[in-house]
Amino acid sequence: MNGNGKPAFDAGQIAGLDAAFAIVRAVGVPEDKIEDADRRQHLVRGVAAGLHRSRAFLLVAPLLLFLAVTYLVPIGGILFRSVDDSALQTWMPKTAAAFAQWDGAGLPDEDTLAVFAAELGQARKERTIGRVANHLNYRMSGMRSLFNKTGRRLAAGGGPDAAGNWREWLAQLDPRWGRRQVWTIIKAASGRYTQVNYLAALDLRRGDDGGVARQPEGKRIYVKIFLRTLWVSLAVTLFCLLLGFPVAHLMAGLPPRISNWLMIMVLLPFWTSLLVRTTSWIALLQSNGVINGTLVWLGLIGDDERIQMVFNLTGTVVAMIYVLLPFMVLPLYSVMRGIPRSLTRVAVSLGATPLTAFARVYLPQTLVGVGAGSLLVFMLAVGYYITPALVGGQSGQLISNFIFYHIKVSLNWGFASALGVILLAAVLLVYWVYHKLVGIEKMRVA
Amino acid sequence: MAARARAGSAAGHWLFRTGCGLVFAFLMLPLAVIVPLSFNAEPYFTFTREMLTLQPEGFSLRWYRDIADNPQWLLSVKNSLVVGFFATLLSVALGTAAAVGLDRPRFPGKTLILGVLISPIVVPIIISAVGMFFFYSKINLGQTLTGLVLAHTVLGSPFVVITVSAALSRLNPALPRAAASLGAPPTRAFFKVTAPQIAPGIYAGALFAFATSFDEVVVVLFLAGFEQRTIPRQMWAGLNEQISPTILAVATLLILFSVLLIVTAELLRRRSEKRSLQE
Repeated sequence: MNGNGKPAFDAGQIAGLDAAFAIVRAVGVPEDKIEDADRRQHLVRGVAAGLHRSRAFLLVAPLLLFLAVTYLVPIGGILFRSVDDSALQTWMPKTAAAFAQWDGAGLPDEDTLAVFAAELGQARKERTIGRVANHLNYRMSGMRSLFNKTGRRLAAGGGPDAAGNWREWLAQLDPRWGRRQVWTIIKAASGRYTQVNYLAALDLRRGDDGGVARQPEGKRIYVKIFLRTLWVSLAVTLFCLLLGFPVAHLMAGLPPRISNWLMIMVLLPFWTSLLVRTTSWIALLQSNGVINGTLVWLGLIGDDERIQMVFNLTGTVVAMIYVLLPFMVLPLYSVMRGIPRSLTRVAVSLGATPLTAFARVYLPQTLVGVGAGSLLVFMLAVGYYITPALVGGQSGQLISNFIFYHIKVSLNWGFASALGVILLAAVLLVYWVYHKLVGIEKMRVA
Repeated sequence: MAARARAGSAAGHWLFRTGCGLVFAFLMLPLAVIVPLSFNAEPYFTFTREMLTLQPEGFSLRWYRDIADNPQWLLSVKNSLVVGFFATLLSVALGTAAAVGLDRPRFPGKTLILGVLISPIVVPIIISAVGMFFFYSKINLGQTLTGLVLAHTVLGSPFVVITVSAALSRLNPALPRAAASLGAPPTRAFFKVTAPQIAPGIYAGALFAFATSFDEVVVVLFLAGFEQRTIPRQMWAGLNEQISPTILAVATLLILFSVLLIVTAELLRRRSEKRSLQE
């Protein structure tokens, strides 16, 4: 290696051994106490293995660090946002402190109201009033306009005369200030953290007595959406299994020359743009699309009886089955290919009917693949966004779509974060089950 | 009795084959519909009478010309390629190093770390996107190509970790050890011995990382401004504003692109199989 025929010592290794000795010295093992060379070597070897491990860790560290900064911290941010209630504390600190003291009975006393009014006028002047007003508006609609209106008057020097008091002045300005509910909402927002987003995500709210109550009938939306997401994902997983199992079984039993071609038919959609695949289902399923057109042409349905198959729940389910089917076929196929077919034949030759042989001998061996495929499809289905957004219409929207809506349209980020955290927790649970049953190190891509 | 059983089994066999045929038809149908519709002379998503009777005036290339004439599409193609390229490069560098490191035996906390590294695949994309949207806006990476590259690296790197880990698990562990015993320093042993052996895994991971970035729209919806629109983002706009066959033309081109990807992947697979046979 180094030209003169002498064995080349690895500079790194020598440095490693030196370092190992250095560590032995540093940890305070007196060298004269290590009597026999064997023990000493053993110790050095142990430290060297540690160095070896730390080098391995240095290789993993860049990606881990990268993900920590660009991915884990942002996800932690969602977690924080879902419970964050610091707007009042940050922008109207004295009010927050005063309301924390208030016992919540009746209306707040004059001192509390004076602190509130002074800070509200100040916030209006400093243009920070919107932060608080928007934050509280998610707790009760109308709060934003109430705050802005009052703030405007206060900033212009409004207030009770010497004989009057704040309570009357505010109630005169807007009767809503005379309602206890408005003040309890401000009090509830005086802390740093809140559960209100999680309560709302589960169709619950804080009642006037401070206890947890269900939302009124008409406002119970999200439990229904979570359940819909669950049912759709289960249905999609089941259909993928029903369609994918026979196909994987067929491919696993064919000679590679033919099965490779069939595999391409599975992989082509897998590699094709998700948007393209979803678009094509619009082209197929819409009321003047290919399938309806064919049915009308065949005379099976009348021209005015075209079936609404897309922009509703049907569209979501069909397109999702299509998109996720390869994720079922591929793990099934790789497991089935490893099962010797001779076992089933042996069972039949020993007198089992083909059905019994299939159910008792073949099927149990495919269960790893069934588990891997089903869990993967389910995990992906639960978090699906694009397909429901494009072909789901009103009835086919899943939880991801509502998260998107609250981030982009209603701008209720805290609530969207709470929905997200619940979804994330559900997916991580399935991920953990996947790890226990299949093992994440066995996760493969085609 | 036996004859009846055999007839039943033959019928079952026939039924099974037909069922599989239908599933394959289900898999192919959407792609088979998109391609001809992209040549529609009319601005519809349906086959016109002229198309069904195969008259030449029913077909046209106008939607393809539309793409070439539209600066927005051209910009989105450029953005997609730039973001895809750099995200792939970063994914491969970080992912390969991590997979090699994790391959060392008795790596402490290996399963947990692997679970974290792979998690971007299973965590719902909307959650990743929302988190990055909050965070990247705060550090001024919102509405930049750099932000998109970083986000797509997050989504692409797990595939590299998976494919390279798979390639490493097939690698004969004696080879790097032999290289070390012959005096090769670890880096040299890696690039001369290990790297060529796991190259197909690295390429496959790169392919996945690129395809992921090239097809990703949710993160782009949150992180990209108008100037950073990628191909999927442009299609998304088209699908939500007005559905024109231009999207089908883009779709056809993308299908063509994915055929190229599959062929590449298949060639890589054959190469790696040949490698493992040679050993």
